[in-house]
Amino acid sequence: MNVVIDNLPLYLEGFAQTLSLLVISGLAALVVGTIVAVMRISPIPSLSGFAAVYTELLRNTPLTLVLFFCAIILPYLGSELPYFWCAIIGLTAYTSPFVAEAIRSGVNGVPIGQAEAARSLGLGFGQTVGIIIFPQAIRMVIPPLINVLIALTKNTSVAGAFFVAELFGVGRTLANANGNAVVAVLLAVATFYLLITIPLGILAGRLEKKFVVQR
Amino acid sequence: MSAPSVLFDAPGPLARRRSRIASVIVILVLAAGAAWVVYTLAQPRDSGGITLPGFFDWSRWERLVTDPEFWTFVGRGLLATLQAAAIAAVIAIVVGVLFALLRTSPKAVVRVPVTIVLEFVRGMPVLLMMFFILLVASTGAFWAVVLGLGLYNGAIIGEALRAGIASLPRGQKEAGLSLGLTRLQTKMLIEFPQAFRQMLPIILAQLVVLLKDTSLGFIVGYNELIRVTMNNLSAYYGNRFLFTLFVITLVIYLTVNLTFSWVTRRIAARSARKRGAAAKKTIAGPLDPADATTE
Repeated sequence: MNVVIDNLPLYLEGFAQTLSLLVISGLAALVVGTIVAVMRISPIPSLSGFAAVYTELLRNTPLTLVLFFCAIILPYLGSELPYFWCAIIGLTAYTSPFVAEAIRSGVNGVPIGQAEAARSLGLGFGQTVGIIIFPQAIRMVIPPLINVLIALTKNTSVAGAFFVAELFGVGRTLANANGNAVVAVLLAVATFYLLITIPLGILAGRLEKKFVVQR
Repeated sequence: MSAPSVLFDAPGPLARRRSRIASVIVILVLAAGAAWVVYTLAQPRDSGGITLPGFFDWSRWERLVTDPEFWTFVGRGLLATLQAAAIAAVIAIVVGVLFALLRTSPKAVVRVPVTIVLEFVRGMPVLLMMFFILLVASTGAFWAVVLGLGLYNGAIIGEALRAGIASLPRGQKEAGLSLGLTRLQTKMLIEFPQAFRQMLPIILAQLVVLLKDTSLGFIVGYNELIRVTMNNLSAYYGNRFLFTLFVITLVIYLTVNLTFSWVTRRIAARSARKRGAAAKKTIAGPLDPADATTE
């Protein structure tokens, strides 16, 4: 226990790093994912084709390889980004297809009659999606999106193992330095992760129940 | 594109032309991007005073591709990945059934602690769990990977099964009990088989995720595919082959995972047909079973 208390500042630093990875790549993935989702349902075949391929390829690549791409191939292409931003790019790229699919599943939760009604009123694609479908889909999208963010929280640990000194990285260093208190060190790391994931999980569950009742 | 979308009309001549123009622009932009990447990678580059040829130069590939020993190592790495995934999958399903069983127990003494353990396991990164097992139980890297993945995915499969049981009509359980079956018998003989079939797509998709996550073995020191190629072989052949190794690894992973995903999708579609669930028409097109999983 003493190890944990003595190193609390280090833990908090790691926690802050994890949070900033989560927030920045989470927001970026939301933006990219939304764009990909819109492309996927758009009337232009090349756009929807591209979105489908993008989703399929990234979803079937292990995060480790995505991060390798950011760590090795990006510098070959001339990027001189610090590791933190490499991690952000990797996590964003890896998370965005899951966001896109979550949005698509939310859109599918809107009864098809809504789309038909909008179309029969003469609204175009942009209007149908923008003012009829998305506002209704967004509430159905929030619970699965929160689940994606929970997964992202856990995935930041992989980035930590690669290059950023976030929670997992801190835990690893401390565990190696304090062989006699490994259990305490790692349980403390787990606690910090649970501080993010469990409230998010509860929130997702609540919202889901609430929205089910409303329909 | 199979069925026409509700979101827009079947395009007329004008819309078709616009769409074609847009497509051409998109393809040009993508092609330009790809060409830039290829061009940049193909440039010869300086490495500590020596100029090495570009990445697509045959000399960057020859030593690896023509070396049978190289492929033996890669094959062994792939085998190690599949092995870990297979054993972890079995463990995950067993753990999942146990979790689902205990979590739906009528006794609070059982239910509450199991729920806490389950939330704990689900809420923390698999990587941390592997690391924990590796250091605390000193099992060696293989079992750290396998047990970590088994436990974590077991928790997720357990939740899926529980959801499956919850979605069954109450009459199923009541009928079982009224026939004189015990609670356990009802659960194992009546509820589980149905829940399992219903949740099969999600469970299979989760197993594909599990396969992908064996790559975390790279970090805890298990010699699976990525560790073999990106760590061991790159050290052996030299860093100038890193790009080649990356491409080879990526292609192998994509081939294996896309095949598994495809099989999963086929099985899911078949089980949906068997259940007689007509594919509901949706706004955004059909989704993968894998969408239920988020990692």
